Amino acid sequence: MVNLMSGAEMVFQVLKDQGVNHIFGYPGGAVLPIYDELKNHPKIKHILVRHEQGAGHAAEGYARSSGKPGVLLVTSGPGATNAVTALTDAYMDSVPLVCISGQVPTHLIGTDAFQECDTTGITRPCTKHNWLVKDVNKLSSILHKAFLVATTGRPGPVLVDIPKDIQFKKGKYTQVKALKKQEKKLNIKLNGEDNSIKKAVELIKKSSKPIFYTGGGVINSGPKATELLRELVSITRFPITSTLQGLGAFPGSDNQFLGMLGMHGTYEANNAMHDCDLMINIGARFDDRITGKIDEFSPESKKIHIDIDPSSINKNVNVDLAIVGDVKLVLKKLISSIKEKYPNFAESNKQKISSWWKQIEVWRKKNSLGFVNSKKVIKPQHAVQRLYELTKAQDAFITTEVGQHQMWAAQHYKFNKPNRWMTSGGLGTMGYGLPAAIGVQVANPEKLVIDIAGEASVLMTMQEMSTAVQYNLPIKIFILNNQYMGMVRQWQELLHEKNYSESYTAALPDFVKLAEAYGCVGLRANKPEELDEKIAEMLAVNKPVIFDCVVDKMENCYPMIPSGKPHNQMLLGDKDKEDKISEEGKVLV
Amino acid sequence: MEKSAYSFSTKKEKVENHIIVVWVDNEAGVLARVVGLFSGRGYNIDSLTVAKVDKKKNISRITIATSGTFQVIQQIKLQLGKLIPVHKVADFPKNKKTILREMALLKVVSSKAKLEKARKLCKKYKYTILDKTEKSLVLEISALKKEIDELVKKLQPLGLASTSRTGVVAMTKGSEVYKQQ
Repeated sequence: MVNLMSGAEMVFQVLKDQGVNHIFGYPGGAVLPIYDELKNHPKIKHILVRHEQGAGHAAEGYARSSGKPGVLLVTSGPGATNAVTALTDAYMDSVPLVCISGQVPTHLIGTDAFQECDTTGITRPCTKHNWLVKDVNKLSSILHKAFLVATTGRPGPVLVDIPKDIQFKKGKYTQVKALKKQEKKLNIKLNGEDNSIKKAVELIKKSSKPIFYTGGGVINSGPKATELLRELVSITRFPITSTLQGLGAFPGSDNQFLGMLGMHGTYEANNAMHDCDLMINIGARFDDRITGKIDEFSPESKKIHIDIDPSSINKNVNVDLAIVGDVKLVLKKLISSIKEKYPNFAESNKQKISSWWKQIEVWRKKNSLGFVNSKKVIKPQHAVQRLYELTKAQDAFITTEVGQHQMWAAQHYKFNKPNRWMTSGGLGTMGYGLPAAIGVQVANPEKLVIDIAGEASVLMTMQEMSTAVQYNLPIKIFILNNQYMGMVRQWQELLHEKNYSESYTAALPDFVKLAEAYGCVGLRANKPEELDEKIAEMLAVNKPVIFDCVVDKMENCYPMIPSGKPHNQMLLGDKDKEDKISEEGKVLV
Repeated sequence: MEKSAYSFSTKKEKVENHIIVVWVDNEAGVLARVVGLFSGRGYNIDSLTVAKVDKKKNISRITIATSGTFQVIQQIKLQLGKLIPVHKVADFPKNKKTILREMALLKVVSSKAKLEKARKLCKKYKYTILDKTEKSLVLEISALKKEIDELVKKLQPLGLASTSRTGVVAMTKGSEVYKQQ
C-alpha cells in the first residue's frame, strides 16, 4: 500500500524537499487546510504579513539577499490579486518566487463563488509560468517543477493555484528525484559557443575604447559570477559601469568602476558608453532608462551581449556578437581564453587604452555627483553619504522605495558585495523597500538592514512595520522626507512649468509618533548638525526604527539624461537645464 | 507621444509577413498563453489555426500568420520559445519551399442563374459542393489566402450569405521536417 498524503501535507513535503525554511503569507478561507498543516512543520517558519503585496516583496527581498527562491502563500481572490504587483515586480527584475495560492473548490470554479477569481488568468502575463492543480496526484510534481522553473534560466516568479478540495484530498507524492529528467531539458548548454568566445576575445584585443556594461544577470548567476567578473575586469583593466540592478557585482569603491550608468548615472559612465568602440554587456538588457535616445545610442561601438535569455538579445539594441549563456560559465571560458591566447594581456594592452582612460579621467573631473551642501538644511545626498560613511564597516543590506531617494541611494551608497542592494528597477514599485527589508532581515538575521525610503513610497506599505515588530526584525526605515513625491515634482519642474499637480502630500503623519504607535522606535533629524548623532542612535537600537530625515524639499536629482537625449547630452545641475531641454525634448520626456 | 515618459525610435522599418508554427503541449490555458503573449507585447495576429496533431504525445500545432519588422518577428519567436509548454517554434518562409493553404466554406443564397455563375467562378480553384438547394449552395474551397480573398469579393454580388475560413496552415516541401533547435 502506497503511503497517501493530503494535498496540504504535500505542500509542506515539497517545501522541505526544496530546502525552504521561510514562507511569507496571509491566511484565508481557501488556504485554511494548508495553514492547518503548518503546526506539524516547525522547521518551516511562517511570517505573517499585513497585506499580500508585502508578502511578495518580502519574498523578493529574501530571494535577492540569499540567492534562494522566495516563497509566499496567499488565499484566493483578493489574496491572489494583492500579490500581483509583487509578482510583476519579480518578473521584471528576474527574482525567483514561488507563489502558492488557494482557490475555491474545483466544483465551484467558474461559478463566481465567494473570493473566486481567475488567478491563473490574471497572473499569466506576470509569471514565468503558472498552474491550476486539478488532480491531487499531480500536485507534488507541479510544485517541484514550479521551483525548477522559478530558479533556472532567467529566474522569475511562478504561481501554483490549489483549489481547496485538492488540499484535503489524498494522493501519491512524487519524489524530486523522479523529476531530474525535466531538469536536464531546462538546463540546456549555457556556457556559450566556443566560436563566439573566440570572436569576443578578438574584439577585446582590437578595442582601444572598451567598456564593460554589467547588470543584474551577474548577481543572479551567483557569487562565482561576481568573482569572475572581478577577475575579468582586473586582467583587462577595462573600465566598468553597472546598471541599477547590477550594483555590488563589482566593488563600487574600485577605481576602474565608473559608477552607475543611465538616466541618473554618472557623467563618465554615460559618456564612456556613448564614445566607446567596444561595449561588453554582461547580464543587462538595454532598458530604456539605460539607453536614452535609442537611435543615437553608442553609435560607434561594436557590441557584445552575454545573456541567459535569448529574447533579451537584439530586443532593444542590435548587437554584433550574441552569447547566450549563464554569466559564470561564459566568463570562466572567456577568462581562460584570454589568458591562454594573450598571457599578460593587461600589461601588453595598457598603452592601447591609455588615452581612453585619460579621457575618462577628464569626464570624471566634472564630479557629476557633486552637490551644493548646506549648513541650514539637510541635503538628501548628504544624508545618504553620511549613512554610507557610518555603516560601511558593517556589511549592510540596503533596500529602497522608488523615486529620487532611490537614485540618490544608488549614486552615493557604495556597494562592494553582491546581494546587498535590493531595489525595484523594472517595475518601479513604490512601497517595495519596507517589506523587502523584512524579507532581507529574515534571511540575514544578524545583519544591518536599511530601507532608504521616501515618505510617499513608504506610506504605501507602511502597515508592514507591524510585521517587523511581531518578528523582532530590527529593520531601519531611513526616510528622506521632502514632503513631495520628489521625482514627480522634479519632472513637473523640468517639463511641466512647475505645475506641481498633486505631488505634494499635505497631510503626512508624524513618523516618530507613527513608529511609537507600531511599537518601534521613532527618530527625527531636522538639521545637518544632528544627522550623524541621530544615525548613530538609530544604529544602536536593536529594534525596528523609523528615521524621519527632514531634507531639502526642492532638491533635484542630477545628473540626468533628459528624455529624448542620448548619453552625451546630460544635465549636470539646475543651471544646466535651460539650454539643454529643448521644446522637442519636453514632449518626449 | 504627447508629454510621455519615454523617448521613441524615429526609424521606419519594413514590415514583413511571416508564418510562425508552434508545437505545444495540449493543456489548459496554452492557447491563452500564446495569444496573450501577442496581445500583451503588441504583436499582430493575422490568422491563427490550432488543433491537436499528436494524440500520443498530446501535442497541438498552432499556425500563426503575423506581420512585423524583422526585430519584432525575431522577438515573437524567442518569446514563444520561452513559454514552458512550447516544444518548438518554426518560422516558415513565404517562398516556393513552403506550402500554404487555407480552407473556406462559402454559402451563396441567390437565384438559379446567379448560383450557376457562382459555381463557374469557383472552377478556377479546387472546390467541392457540400450542400445544394434551389436557392442556395455551400461550397468548400482550399486555396491561398489571397485567392480566397479574391473569390469572396467576386461572390459578394452573386449573393454570398456566409463565409467561414480556417486561417492559413503551412508545411514545408520535400522530406525535411522542423527539428527542435
